[in-house]
Amino acid sequence: MEYGLDLEYSFNEFLKGFGLSSEIAHIIWLPLPMLLVLVAAVVGVLVTVWLERKISAAAQQRIGPEYAGALGVLQPIADGLKLLVKEDIIPAKADGILFTAGPILVLVPVILSWLIVPFGQNLLISNVGIGIFLWIALSSIQPIGLLMSGYASNNKYSLLGGLRAAAQSISYEIPLALSVLAIVLMTNSLSTIDIVNQQSGAGILSWNIWRQPVGFIVFWICALAECERLPFDLPEAEEELVAGYQTEYAGMKFALFYLGSYINLILSALLVSILYLGGWGFPIPVELIAKFLNLPINAPFIQVFTASIGIVMTVLKAYLLVFIAILLRWTTPRVRIDQLLDLGWKFLLPISLANLLITAGLKLAFPQFFGG
Amino acid sequence: MSIAITTQFICFTVLSLVVIIGALGVVLLESIVYSAFLLGGVFMSVAGLYLLLNASFVAAAQVLVYVGAVNVLIIFAIMLVNKKEDLKPINDIKSRRVISTSICLTLLSLLIRVDLTNVWSLSSPQNSIGEESTIRIGEHLFSDYLLPFEVASVLLLMAMIGAIVLARRDVMSKDISTGLPVDQELIEKSSEPLLTNKN
Repeated sequence: MEYGLDLEYSFNEFLKGFGLSSEIAHIIWLPLPMLLVLVAAVVGVLVTVWLERKISAAAQQRIGPEYAGALGVLQPIADGLKLLVKEDIIPAKADGILFTAGPILVLVPVILSWLIVPFGQNLLISNVGIGIFLWIALSSIQPIGLLMSGYASNNKYSLLGGLRAAAQSISYEIPLALSVLAIVLMTNSLSTIDIVNQQSGAGILSWNIWRQPVGFIVFWICALAECERLPFDLPEAEEELVAGYQTEYAGMKFALFYLGSYINLILSALLVSILYLGGWGFPIPVELIAKFLNLPINAPFIQVFTASIGIVMTVLKAYLLVFIAILLRWTTPRVRIDQLLDLGWKFLLPISLANLLITAGLKLAFPQFFGG
Repeated sequence: MSIAITTQFICFTVLSLVVIIGALGVVLLESIVYSAFLLGGVFMSVAGLYLLLNASFVAAAQVLVYVGAVNVLIIFAIMLVNKKEDLKPINDIKSRRVISTSICLTLLSLLIRVDLTNVWSLSSPQNSIGEESTIRIGEHLFSDYLLPFEVASVLLLMAMIGAIVLARRDVMSKDISTGLPVDQELIEKSSEPLLTNKN
């Protein structure tokens, strides 16, 4: 699997066939995966919004969207179009520059983090060496955008929402980073590709969830808190704060927040599946199936088949987690702010520290199971 | 000039301009909130400069620590104590400004002198360790830089304990500086039970 399916190489060779220099070919290639991932993220959001509406309806014994397309699949597009043509309002006493910059600062780091999400051996934008650390660093920018929009709205509910959002994401970033650190310790690398490859030995049995059950749960709770999903959606708690930092926003600026929160949810689900559920790996290793069927692993059609299975598996695992997140949202009550901070600092932080320590000990004791 | 070098040059120019203009804004702007947000921008651009120098781990750490923690806490603190307060006019503001400007200019000239006189040992692009730098930083932190690393953590612990003592007044019964007994009531107004008075 050293070469695998390398689209970039073949694309560049194809362009060189027309007599272009390799530099120009590279420049033409560069925006393509970015655009593809951007489109994938937006389509993912549309699907998630539809799922959210349908599953919440089922949880409350309603039907949900029904008339826009079959089973209401066009409803999210209708929602998006509505937000697109709505009037763009900046409140008279708000701070115009910060009011506009806030939503952008919330959305851009989330989209940038898609840089490191792999859908296959070579199917990612960039295999940067700092991999998962890039995501942790980028996700720490978001609270600035939230504070900015909360302050600029000139509204006490917005300001409180922004402050809560910042407090929440600072508190939950630490256990999140510590549980990622335990995985990195087992992998000896920060790259997401290496993290998935380290789990691909024996199919479902070698996934990290069996070796890091505590880390998995801590990571999932923290990811939900970072996304401000319902058990932890205090920054926009409707009954207390109207809508938190989003109160004064309308039209496309509101849509940026909306888009950002859903892209972040999908990103978190993808990262959970990469870190703990074997990423693009099939529950039974594809190499074993190929050997069983006496097929050469490097044959082109096997390569295409493996790549498509990889994409399907990654998306499937991510959407299973999104489904769980939606179910959680519509079946659990909201925690209070003191409970939230207690959970973060007094429970998750010590547990993830202990998890890291035990992982380090187990790595020394059983290097063959916990990465040497 | 090849495309890669041109891109690098444009990135460097933009980032340096953002750093310089942003830093001037942090110092010169009247509104403290704008200064704090601009400071975040300056930190981000410095991270960009690190990226241009092939130090991606340092860049990400810069974003995580300076933007994600330090700057967020600065903004957080500003917003928690953002009282509309009329500051008293200072009488000798002009002489103060002259003195502080001259001190800053002296420091700047010192830095420029260091920059010009020091012989920088630049490694060629072929020798840059790039992605391997994460491992090297870890090795250095746990071998020859172990003592400063641990001392820094002790310093942070001391600062944290100090903050807790200052924030929780019930830890000490006497004020440290004046020796008077400390008011141990909560800072907020004590809440009245809702149902007791409604007979």
